Amino acid sequence: MKLRSWVLIFIACNLLTFSTISAFRLSRSQPTERISGSAGDVLDDNPVGRLKVFVYELPSKYNKKILQKDPRCLTHMFAAEIYMQRFLLSSPVRTLNPEEADWFYVPVYTTCDLTPNGLPLPFKSPRMMRSAIQLIASNWPYWNRTEGADHFFVVPHDFGACFHYQEEKAIGRGILPLLQRATLVQTFGQRNHVCLKQGSITVPPYAPPQKMQSHLIPGKTPRSIFVYFRGLFYDVGNDPEGGYYARGARAAVWENFKDNPLFDISTEHPTTYYEDMQRAIFCLCPLGWAPWSPRLVEAVIFGCIPVIIADDIVLPFADAIPWEDIGVFVDEKDVPYLDTILTSIPPEVILRKQRLLANPSMKQAMLFPQPAQPGDAFHQVLNGLARKLPHDRSVYLRPGEKLLNWTAGPVADLKPW
Amino acid sequence: MALHRSIIRWKKLKLKKEGKKSTTMKLSALHQSYLNRRRSPLDSSVDAPSKSFLAVFWLVLHCLCCLISLLLGFRFSRLVFFFLVSTPTTNLYSPPFRPDLPPPRIDLTPSNATTAEAKTSSSRVVVGRHGILIRPWPHPDPVEVMKAHRIIERVQREQKAVFGAGAKGSRTVIAVTPTYVRTFQALHLNGVMHSLMLVPYDVVWIVVEAGGVSNETASIVAKSGVRVIHVGFDQRMPNTWEDRGKVEEEKLDGVVMFADDSNMHSMEFFDEIQNVKWFGAVSVGILAHSGNAEEMVMSMDKRREMEEEESSSLPVQGPACNATDKLIGWHVFNTLPYAGKSAVYIDDVAAVLPRKLEWCGFVLNSRILWDEAESKPEWVKEFGLLNENEGVESPLSLLNDPSMVEPLGSCGRQVLLWWLRVEARADSKFPPGWVIDPPLEITVAAKRTPWPDVPPEPPTKKKDQMSLSQGNNNVVVIPKHQQQQQQRSSKVRKPKRRSKRNKHEAKPTDTATQVSSSTKHHQERN
Repeated sequence: MKLRSWVLIFIACNLLTFSTISAFRLSRSQPTERISGSAGDVLDDNPVGRLKVFVYELPSKYNKKILQKDPRCLTHMFAAEIYMQRFLLSSPVRTLNPEEADWFYVPVYTTCDLTPNGLPLPFKSPRMMRSAIQLIASNWPYWNRTEGADHFFVVPHDFGACFHYQEEKAIGRGILPLLQRATLVQTFGQRNHVCLKQGSITVPPYAPPQKMQSHLIPGKTPRSIFVYFRGLFYDVGNDPEGGYYARGARAAVWENFKDNPLFDISTEHPTTYYEDMQRAIFCLCPLGWAPWSPRLVEAVIFGCIPVIIADDIVLPFADAIPWEDIGVFVDEKDVPYLDTILTSIPPEVILRKQRLLANPSMKQAMLFPQPAQPGDAFHQVLNGLARKLPHDRSVYLRPGEKLLNWTAGPVADLKPW
Repeated sequence: MALHRSIIRWKKLKLKKEGKKSTTMKLSALHQSYLNRRRSPLDSSVDAPSKSFLAVFWLVLHCLCCLISLLLGFRFSRLVFFFLVSTPTTNLYSPPFRPDLPPPRIDLTPSNATTAEAKTSSSRVVVGRHGILIRPWPHPDPVEVMKAHRIIERVQREQKAVFGAGAKGSRTVIAVTPTYVRTFQALHLNGVMHSLMLVPYDVVWIVVEAGGVSNETASIVAKSGVRVIHVGFDQRMPNTWEDRGKVEEEKLDGVVMFADDSNMHSMEFFDEIQNVKWFGAVSVGILAHSGNAEEMVMSMDKRREMEEEESSSLPVQGPACNATDKLIGWHVFNTLPYAGKSAVYIDDVAAVLPRKLEWCGFVLNSRILWDEAESKPEWVKEFGLLNENEGVESPLSLLNDPSMVEPLGSCGRQVLLWWLRVEARADSKFPPGWVIDPPLEITVAAKRTPWPDVPPEPPTKKKDQMSLSQGNNNVVVIPKHQQQQQQRSSKVRKPKRRSKRNKHEAKPTDTATQVSSSTKHHQERN
């Protein structure tokens, strides 16, 4: 009897050690940790079977023709709207029967009217969006059924559906009134801001996956740069005095740390930008004219801990990814003490952040690969939409009930497109 | 308050000295940010008429300041008025940098809230012009720099642990080196020793010495930091009987490689052989060398001709693979084909060549040499079965099935080590232990020196003697202690004259032992 109990204890101990060891080393490469955000361990969820999306067939003047006019839209950081449509058209969640659809997608490219420099002009976007909504409202009954509450739109512009690149003007305009009930998939996210609606899904900006993959360097290259940043500190063209651009935060970084050997910061455009990020421990991701930037995506892909300097920012997939554990958040007023803040982080915490960043599902969630792969940003968007199901009863309007004001907004927006 | 005033005063002084626009702008920006912060959160609570009054007031002030600055020629700080008019609050300047205080943390509790922040509709973040916050001493703090370096070091250590040597379960490298005492032994053994010392894995170095264990070899080998097993052997045979005995005695587990003492190994070689499962082969670059320089030149030309004719003239011994990376044969040095499979060539231009398959191109799992067939694949012959007297002719005869050899180094495409046989003439002598024991003073005229034997000016009784060791038989032996003294003093004493001469002397011969001695100096020092 005694012998048996000892044997059992012995076996139990072995199993315990074996399981803990196997849990730690998931693969032969860098040990990683599982990522679970506030919504639980949802990064690896498969949306297929959990929701059905119906894609409206809009005339090509809303999407294809615009793209034909300017193919640069496929590579700039707002390209998510285009790839989202392409993904949905060939995805198993797509349904051709609108009666059984849970969500409706309207493929309109509002961020594809580019200047010669490549920056999108948002002036016609409200009219384009309005015209598209009028079209679907008159041709299909599903918009009027819910006034858009089960429709979703991708608006990756600077300030989302406020459709302006200047923050004050964007706040002044607010979100397009017709989109008040719809779900918006946007890159902009800032708490208590007019342009972030309750229930929006924040996505990362588009960064070209092949380009980033082609610049990977071996993992054993030692990380010798402490803090890395390349970009503007003063936007001399639009804000020569400083203070407007980035709310003065980037300028503060420059003025405080330009002679600090730990901070490798400059305005150059080196060809080894991606390789340098892989040799750095911290990568600064300060706000610019808008709080979000592709630097976050690049930092995550290259394993560099993002230092986010943007007050109240809402990062992509905030309910699925615990950004507090992964990145370092610094208030804009604390920028002069950035070096103290970063050096006072205990090394174990830094190593843990690096392990979280090394998790392949984390990297996959930030990308928009073509063709789509499991766990990528498209799937995270669908997961987010699936988590919002089932729709609340109040979404369905009683017949005759009208909540949207079709004549709200500046007069210029009411002109047909 | 006083501190605040002093900060402002310091900033004004700075202004006056430099008159730079940027600082004024920043100050005015700060000033405006203060206004912004004060004004906009109070949007809800400030009345409209007072707001317009304030706006008009500032507009008038702004015009006044513009006019004054036009007169003055530079933009001065409107803080003067601000200073006079309003009471300072804590929101304007960031507190001075005090290292004793803990740095403000990310989750700072809202202090001196001038607003109704609880309102969810109004954001804490304000749009508009903000100040550029600069701390009073915006320069690197050495304490922080040191902390950062420690963090970097810790991160790199972790990286090494994950990706580097320790990651793949590093196996011990068992290096077997046959050697014997000769002039160039020190040269070769030192080379191998340093290579092995740099290997990031555990190393056991088995030095097999023909003719029994000698002090010479032992003294060279003892300087390495690795574990050495020095074994003597009576016959000069390139095989591993003794080693196998050693390997088995101590149950050494690891990868056995043959480090002939005149070979040169690349570091990638050691990384690559970690991948071997049982028996592997790597490509060895054969550097054929002839003692005669002229012949070398001729051979170069010939070789160039050969290169034009044939596709490749790489003198390499190693595994040959087909397109799907499967082993199909061997590249060997001679035209003599081995085992009837593919073979490559190069003609015998040079004097010293490997005649058969060199052992150094093969690596094996040490378990092959153990007696118990624990999990030895059946295509490996039992060691004990091979006849000891015959010797093992080639490494492949250890195997029953030579096609099971694993080609390493991207299937033989990477040349990971080089084979070279450079030896001194058979009759050359070298001082035992490379220590020149006194007191032999033999001077032999060095016929090929470009400078005169006798130094131009001997103010003191200095005997400058040079020796060349490159390919000449002249050896100058000088008392050891004097040699050491002079090498030290040649730098210190009479630097001008000496350095000139030293430079003159040092130029043509990097490898020459340059010695200048003077007994008198020696005595003076004492």
